[in-house]
Amino acid sequence: MKSIKNHLSLVIALLSILFSMQVFVVADRSIDAYKETLAHKYSVVIVSQKTLIDEDILKINDIVASVEELKPDAVIERLNSGMSKKNMELLKVTLPKFYKLHLKYYPTPNEVKKLTKDLIGHTSIKKVEDFSHTHDTTYKLLLLFKGVVTVFALCIFVVTTLLIFKELRIWQFKHTERMSIMGLFGAPLWLRSAVLFRLAIVDAIIASVLAYGVFTYISMSPWILEQFTSIGIEIVIFDSVLDFMKLSMIAVGLSILLASMIVLGHKEEV
Amino acid sequence: MDKVIVAKDISLAYSDNETIINQANISIPSGSFVFITGASGSGKSTLLKSLYGALKPKQGSLIVGGVELSGVSKSKLNFLRRHIGIVFQDYKLVKEWTIEKNIMLPLIINGYEKNVTQNQVDSLLKHVRLKHQSGKYPLELSGGEQQRVAMARALSHNPILILADEPTGNLDDYSSGLIWNLLEGANIQLKTTVIVVTHHIPETMNVEYKHFHIEYGSIHEVN
Repeated sequence: MKSIKNHLSLVIALLSILFSMQVFVVADRSIDAYKETLAHKYSVVIVSQKTLIDEDILKINDIVASVEELKPDAVIERLNSGMSKKNMELLKVTLPKFYKLHLKYYPTPNEVKKLTKDLIGHTSIKKVEDFSHTHDTTYKLLLLFKGVVTVFALCIFVVTTLLIFKELRIWQFKHTERMSIMGLFGAPLWLRSAVLFRLAIVDAIIASVLAYGVFTYISMSPWILEQFTSIGIEIVIFDSVLDFMKLSMIAVGLSILLASMIVLGHKEEV
Repeated sequence: MDKVIVAKDISLAYSDNETIINQANISIPSGSFVFITGASGSGKSTLLKSLYGALKPKQGSLIVGGVELSGVSKSKLNFLRRHIGIVFQDYKLVKEWTIEKNIMLPLIINGYEKNVTQNQVDSLLKHVRLKHQSGKYPLELSGGEQQRVAMARALSHNPILILADEPTGNLDDYSSGLIWNLLEGANIQLKTTVIVVTHHIPETMNVEYKHFHIEYGSIHEVN
């Protein structure tokens, strides 16, 4: 019972680290997917006196994915109050040309500024509407969300790492007598510390397997999937191969690192 | 005859203020049986500690098994310790291991194969009359039985040198007799050098022995 209790404290600490890491990964994936959705919806409108060739606009900035000319017919139709056909044609010719630029991805505020500057620099373009206020607000909201999740994950990581460190130290104190007896018979450091490493690795594996179970369950939960669908994004919440490998490596790597720090930092009794 | 221990002008101390052994010289040929006696607090155990590298000489040269212990590296010290068998007054058995595993410890450290290890342990358990208790833990045994386990552990890897600190200190006659028989046996049959720190030398010894006495920080051989 005591032994299970010892294992539990390390397994729970490791599990919370893995949980915070995966939450961070899911948040990052969600933001990327949401940015992609926004990139489809977001566009920049330019006004030009002359007809522009698509290739010329594409050359202005790499971020521009495609150009769509906005037909003025609908606007002219609304203005049509007894205007002659001839005048209508004349108006069509004299009206400036409107183009909608679709972008390759959702840009940062700086990228929007640069794009606007590049476009204004073109001799034929007279006006650029980048909807920067709406864009900036949305972008900052996403950054804030990502920032909060990162800080949360980092805090959990630091606190639980300290807890694991302390737990391993307790283990080491428990094994000090045996380790010093082994030392008296010439056991090298790695052999004396083998139990500590074995316990740390076993617990890391247990925590990884538990994390696998929890995240597989979460990734299949209809309620969770519904939440993502409702905001129009589709992401992989938990990749059972890649994510599991990453989490296992983090858990095992961290346990070995902390165990090594304790073993190497321990002043040997001769 | 080769010397297993050569100490030249060694001084031993736990602090700068108090020197326990002062500029002592000892030379012990291999295969000897040696008793070190002295009053309580005279420095017998301190001298023994220095022989397995738990206390480095403050000054002088101390060579054990060909290894200079003044300023010895950890890996060299481990190497030396793998060829020494130590019997402690307080047994120093691993409480959470069975007595069988305790006896196996030096064999595991020395990398012996499992079948060799098992045969050696079985044979030693018979010698110390504890075969029937092999699965028990140290705290389930009496003091005498624990010391017999410690003795078996010290002999298990056929060391070149056995260091015993008061091995029969608080034991009954039966356990004491067994311990002395084992130490004599190792010395006669295996030519193992045996160094025993004790208050009293047994009256009947079947081996020739050297006797060093420690008094007022100096060591002298008793004829």
